[in-house]
Amino acid sequence: MDARERVLALGLPGRRDEYWKYTRPESLTDPEVARAAVLVPYEATLFDSVDRLRIVFIDGVFAPDLSDDLSLSGVHVERLCEVSRMDIHWASELYGVLEARSHSPIARPLAALNTAYATDGVMIHVTEKATKPVNLMYLHRSETSDAILHHCVKLEEGADLTLLETGPAAARFNKSMEIDIADGAAFHHVRAQGRDHERRAMTHTFARLGRESVFKSFTVTVNGVLTRNECVVELVGPDAVAHVAGAVVGDGEFHHDDTVLVTHDAAGCRSRQVFKKVLRNGATGVFQGKILVRPGAQKTDGYQISQSLLLDDDAQFYAKPELEIYADDVQCSHGSTSGAIDEEALYYLRSRGIPRTEAQDMLVLAFLAEAIDEIEDGALARDIVAAVEAWLGRRRG
Amino acid sequence: MDAFEGTQVKEGVEEETVQAVKSLAGKYKHGWTTDIEMDYAPKGLNEDIVRMISEKNGEPDWMTDWRLQALRRWNGLREPDWAMVSYPAIDYQDQYYYAAPKAMSEKPKSLDEVDPKLLETYRKLGIPLREQMVLAGVEGAGDVPAEGRKVAVDAVFDSVSVGTTFQKELAEAGVIFCSMSEALREHPELVRRYLGSVVPVSDNYFATLNSAVFSDGSFVYVPPGTRCPMELSTYFRINAENTGQFERTLIIADRGAYVSYLEGCTAPQRDTHQLHAAVVELVALEDAEIKYSTVQNWFPGDEEGRGGIYNFVTKRADCRGDRSKVMWTQVETGSAITWKYPSCVLRGDGSQGEFYSIAITNNVQQADTGTKMLHLGRDTKSRIVSKGISAGKAQNTYRGQVSVHPKAGDSRNYTQCDSLLIGDSCGAHTVPYIEVRNNTSRVEHEATTSKVDDDQLFYCRQRGMDEEEAVALVVNGFCKEVLQELPMEFAMEAQQLVAISLEGSVG
Repeated sequence: MDARERVLALGLPGRRDEYWKYTRPESLTDPEVARAAVLVPYEATLFDSVDRLRIVFIDGVFAPDLSDDLSLSGVHVERLCEVSRMDIHWASELYGVLEARSHSPIARPLAALNTAYATDGVMIHVTEKATKPVNLMYLHRSETSDAILHHCVKLEEGADLTLLETGPAAARFNKSMEIDIADGAAFHHVRAQGRDHERRAMTHTFARLGRESVFKSFTVTVNGVLTRNECVVELVGPDAVAHVAGAVVGDGEFHHDDTVLVTHDAAGCRSRQVFKKVLRNGATGVFQGKILVRPGAQKTDGYQISQSLLLDDDAQFYAKPELEIYADDVQCSHGSTSGAIDEEALYYLRSRGIPRTEAQDMLVLAFLAEAIDEIEDGALARDIVAAVEAWLGRRRG
Repeated sequence: MDAFEGTQVKEGVEEETVQAVKSLAGKYKHGWTTDIEMDYAPKGLNEDIVRMISEKNGEPDWMTDWRLQALRRWNGLREPDWAMVSYPAIDYQDQYYYAAPKAMSEKPKSLDEVDPKLLETYRKLGIPLREQMVLAGVEGAGDVPAEGRKVAVDAVFDSVSVGTTFQKELAEAGVIFCSMSEALREHPELVRRYLGSVVPVSDNYFATLNSAVFSDGSFVYVPPGTRCPMELSTYFRINAENTGQFERTLIIADRGAYVSYLEGCTAPQRDTHQLHAAVVELVALEDAEIKYSTVQNWFPGDEEGRGGIYNFVTKRADCRGDRSKVMWTQVETGSAITWKYPSCVLRGDGSQGEFYSIAITNNVQQADTGTKMLHLGRDTKSRIVSKGISAGKAQNTYRGQVSVHPKAGDSRNYTQCDSLLIGDSCGAHTVPYIEVRNNTSRVEHEATTSKVDDDQLFYCRQRGMDEEEAVALVVNGFCKEVLQELPMEFAMEAQQLVAISLEGSVG
């Protein structure tokens, strides 16, 4: 069955779907794209201090003039639309393959839609340790752009890549990334979803992990009317490690949904999910995370935490942290909390002469730190902290 | 301390184990049947059957209409499939919806007129019904005060309530404790005001079915400011074959009242599955408190999954008054399939809901159970402690919802779900839904899944316990937080049940 047939067979998500209980999918599939004003992106300078290979897309179309030269030792990059014959390309074993596997037990029709209708994207083949990170930069220029991108990343045995993603991309953005991580390879992913208030985004990240491989993904989201980030990770080789983390700062008309499925299908793997959301002024946060431990995946260590800080009485938080476990020699736990900022901590800071708003920002940053700490590279983490600080400052000013 | 507890449980286990081995029937000690002549309604479900059940109970017209409306609604409903349980399709037309012991067609005036075989049944169930009757003086010795701790019992045998003890003493305190059919005759205004007000006819597939065909159950009303002088208890027993049991329980605690209610259930060993779809409604008015404890020990089916009860139960408490409190405690060890979510609607300001649960599944049992805490009033509190134990090839799911309404400011929830796995072919799952819609409330949820700790087992075995005893001890320790919430008599029974339910799960 090809992707188009899958879309037809699965049908588009609707409000009655349990999987879309807390997020309304209509605006992601409407024929008409809702207008999104283009703002000056504060994240334009993000990672400027980092030596990186930039690949730029404007409203979902590759922009060669703005991009760097695509040659990098150990890394081979091709555009999806320039791959002449998909059937003989390495990506034929990856493109749409992980997506197709992800529909059971819960269908992800928007991912199938992406596979069927993606117009651009990159195929990245990594054969050794990359000397610098690759940065996919998504610029938003048109108020009604509707972009569908699909990337594939293949890491050979022992290869190592850090992939950065930045920018709001388009008024409506549907992006998939399929990542195949061979034995002993490592993939680090740091993403900053753009500032534009009115943009909508639906992203899928699919990863398959071989023996002793590493997958670490972190996303920071500030603003956007609607964001749904799905992450589907399969640990198929023993002793693999997967970390998925997210930090969210939402204000006003803002709906953010993190939906994660981590499947342990081999023994001795470790997984961690850390999601932190700061919400105010009517913003809504959703977390649907699941750890699935298949029969035989003994010695699994699974951890999941989702926390939200509600800064005022209009903010809302919905969580569905699930465990589904079919092996006995495992350690799995999850936690979820929700509440207001600690008045005593606030009082402590204010009694030391720090103004209320500043003190509140300090506590917000401290709250988000557990998620940001999941970024291994210190320089990247510092840039993310600076971006969040800047955003908090802008809100004040 | 550990060693002391160890000996206690060890004795219990040994005794129970010996019993189990002796019993030819296998591992389920309540697996006998009683050969009693029964009155059946014809198989199948239609309006005539519903009318017949209503007529047999001598119900008023509004009740018959209420049932018929439920049936009509049910005909248009689809069986829910979201729970993590699987079973072959149930043929609802291939069931008896009414079965009553023939001897009960004429209501006995005292328990002496009850079929002695029935009383034998209760003796086997371990209910000191007859003894209590003597103590309570039903046979004319009503003035003799009862000694020790008293428990009033209502026993439901297949579809019919066959005897309620201590009615006189309860009546003196103003407490009404009787069968539902009697309540419909004697206190129709109370029943009419509260029946279906917590679990409406339209609530869900099984509750709607129950509304149409329930034949009996227990009714409790505790008047304002009254502390019910004794614990109330209902024992349910399914005896007849191919018979669904649909009982309906309604408990109302008026302002400032307190009542503690215990529920126990068993069924004979049959090769075919039997359907049990009960509805329990609790209403707590201002400052009232209801404590509801269940030890569910329906026949779970054999090792291959032949037979066993399908237990599809809707239980809900409405904390209608300010500062009211409801506490659910359940020990679920039986049933082939358990589908049960005792819930609390925390409507009154400052009301509290608590849920303590132990669910044990062994062999091929499946349980999907949990709770719902709906915080609607200000300053409401809820606490959930769930312990799931899965062994053999069983699947055990905790499914729960905590929902905090925007107006439910300053509310508090704490949820803890722990799962224990014994053996590598069972499953343990946690599916919580958390919905928070204001920021003055605090909601916390934590869950863990692990196996029985090898070090603990080693420690026990080193002290001379065999593996089965050691597992039972560790599991009892794991369940302690819930066991200690149970009333005394139930706690002892539950502790032994924990051990017996896990027999054959190790080694």
